[in-house]
Amino acid sequence: MDYSAFRQFADSWGLLYLFVLFVGVIVFTFRPGSKKKAEEIAQIPLKEDNDDV
Amino acid sequence: MRNGTEPIILGAATLLAVLGAAFAQDELFRIHAWILVAILAATTIVLMRRVEFAPAGQTLPPKDASGYMDDVIRYGTIATIFWGVTGFLVGVVIAAQLAWPIFNIEPWFNFGRLRPLHTSAVIFAFGGNALICTSFYVVQRTCRARLFGGNLVWFVFWGYQLFIAMAATGYLLGITQSKEYAEPEWYVDLWLTIVWVAYLIVYLGTIVRRKEPHIYVANWFYLSFIITVAMLHLVNNAAVPVSFLGVKSYSAFSGVQDALTQWWYGHNAVGFFLTAGFLGMMYYFVPKQANRPVYSYRLSIIHFWALIFLYIWAGPHHLHYTALPDWAQTLGMVFSIMLWMPSWGGMINGLMTLQGAWDKLRTDPVLRMMVMSLAFYGMSTFEGPMMSIKAVNSLSHYTDWTIGHVHSGALGWNGMVTFGALYYLVPKLWNRERLYSLQLVNWHLWLATLGIVIYAAVMWVAGITQGLMWREYDDQGFLVNSFVETVSAIHPEYVMRTVGGLLYLTGALVMVYNVWRTIRGDVRQEKLMGGISAPTAIAAAQ
Repeated sequence: MDYSAFRQFADSWGLLYLFVLFVGVIVFTFRPGSKKKAEEIAQIPLKEDNDDV
Repeated sequence: MRNGTEPIILGAATLLAVLGAAFAQDELFRIHAWILVAILAATTIVLMRRVEFAPAGQTLPPKDASGYMDDVIRYGTIATIFWGVTGFLVGVVIAAQLAWPIFNIEPWFNFGRLRPLHTSAVIFAFGGNALICTSFYVVQRTCRARLFGGNLVWFVFWGYQLFIAMAATGYLLGITQSKEYAEPEWYVDLWLTIVWVAYLIVYLGTIVRRKEPHIYVANWFYLSFIITVAMLHLVNNAAVPVSFLGVKSYSAFSGVQDALTQWWYGHNAVGFFLTAGFLGMMYYFVPKQANRPVYSYRLSIIHFWALIFLYIWAGPHHLHYTALPDWAQTLGMVFSIMLWMPSWGGMINGLMTLQGAWDKLRTDPVLRMMVMSLAFYGMSTFEGPMMSIKAVNSLSHYTDWTIGHVHSGALGWNGMVTFGALYYLVPKLWNRERLYSLQLVNWHLWLATLGIVIYAAVMWVAGITQGLMWREYDDQGFLVNSFVETVSAIHPEYVMRTVGGLLYLTGALVMVYNVWRTIRGDVRQEKLMGGISAPTAIAAAQ
C-alpha cells in the first residue's frame, strides 16, 4: 500500500471505524442498568484483601 | 532436589556471555559482555546456594503455593525505593553539572552519559519497578487469584533488573542508539522484549484465573500499559545490527519517518508508561487509602477508553515547525488538546473519591500524598496540551520550560503517587500495624512539594527567558543574542533547580529511613495529626 492509498484509507474508513467504536464504547458504558453493575464492581478493591485466594 | 535447574541455566548463560566477550567485534561490546559475565556468574553462585536436597530415600514436600505471591512484591518495593533514590541522586548531579560544568568528569560521568542514566533510572528503573510490583499486588487482590506462572514471576523481576543494569552500564560506557528514552542498543532491547513478554504472560494468566467475575478498572490500565509498551518498544527499536557481537546498529527508519517514530514512541511512553500504568495504581490505592469506592466507576471506563483512543495520536506535537508535514503537526496538536478532557476526568474522578471523607486529609498524610499527586497530574496535563499549541510551542520548544513540565509530571504525579502506594504497601507487606512514623511522611510530602514547586517555577522563568532571547531581532533583522548569552542569563535558575532537586532527594531519603524502621518493626511514639497519640489510635483501631 503506498502513501496516498494509506492516507485515503486512514481519512475515510479508518477514521469512521475508530469513531464508531469510540461512540459505541460510550453508549455501552451508559446503557440502562449499567449504574448498578458499575457500583458493584467499584466495591472490588474494598473487600477484605488478606483472606484466602 | 529443588531449585536445581536454575543455576544450570544461569551457568550456561554465563558461558555464552564469556563467548560473547571472547568473540566481540568491538571493545565496548567486549567490556559490556564482561559486565554481563560478572552479573550472571554472581547470580549463578547465589542460586547454587539455594539448591535444596531431600534426605536420602525421601522427597521434599511440595512448596506452599497457596495464598498471594507477595515475596516478589516485597523485593519490588525495595527495588523501587533503591532505584528511585539512585535516579534522583543522578538528577541532582546533572543539575549541578549544568550549573557548574566542573562537575563533568570525563569520560564516564559527563552530562551526555549521565543524562540518559538519570531519565532511564527514574522512568524505567524507579517507575518500572513501581509499576511491576504494584501491578502484581493489585492484580492478585482485585482478581482474588495467586500470580500465574510460578518462577516466571521471579524471572520478570530479576530479568528487568538485569535490563536496568545493562542499560545503565552501557550509558556510562558510551553505548547508545541515541533515541530519546530508548537509548539501549539492540541486544539490550531484545532482552527487554523477552522479559516483557513474560510479564504479559504472568499478568494475563492471573486475570484468566481470577475468581472475581469482573476485571476491575485498575487492571485495564495496567494491561493497556503492558501491551502498548510492548508495541512501542518493538516498532521504535526496529534496527539492523552491524554485527552479531557488536554494539552498533542502524535504525530501520530514516529522516522524518525516524523522527516521527521516535516521538510516537516517546510521547506514548509518557501516555502509557507514565500515565496509564500509574492511573492503574491510582484507581486501586486511592480508594483503598480513603476506604471508599472510586467516585464514578463509569467515568473511569470513559476515562480509560478516551485516554487510549486519544493519546496514541499526540506524538507529533514534539515535532512542530520541523520537516514533518503540517497536517501531521496539526493532528498532534488537536489530539493533545482533546486529551485535556480524559485527563481531567480522571483527576476529578480520583479527587472526588474523597467526597464525604475530605476530613481524612487532616489526619492522613499518605492520603495527602496521593491527593497532591492528583493535583500535579491535573496541573501537568493542563500545561502539556497548552504547550502543544503551535503558537505556544514556538516559544517553549527546545527551552527549559519543557524540562520543567516533564518534572512537574514525573516528580509530582508519578513520584508522589508511587510514594503514596509504597507507604500503603510497606506496612501491609511486612505485617506491621502502621508506618514507623506518619510525621516523617508529612516531612517527605512537604520537602518533595517544595522541591517540585521550586523546580517547575525556575524552569518556567528559564524557559521563557531562553525562548524570548532566541527570537529577539534588532531593527536590522539580526539576532540580538548569541547562544552563550542565553546560557549565562539562566545560570541563577540552574542553581535554583539544583536546590529544588536536592529537596526532592532529601524527601526520598526521609522515606528510606521511615520504610527501613517500619520493616524492622519499630513504631515511633508520636502525636498523630488531629491530636491523637499513636498508642490510642492503635488501640482504637483494634
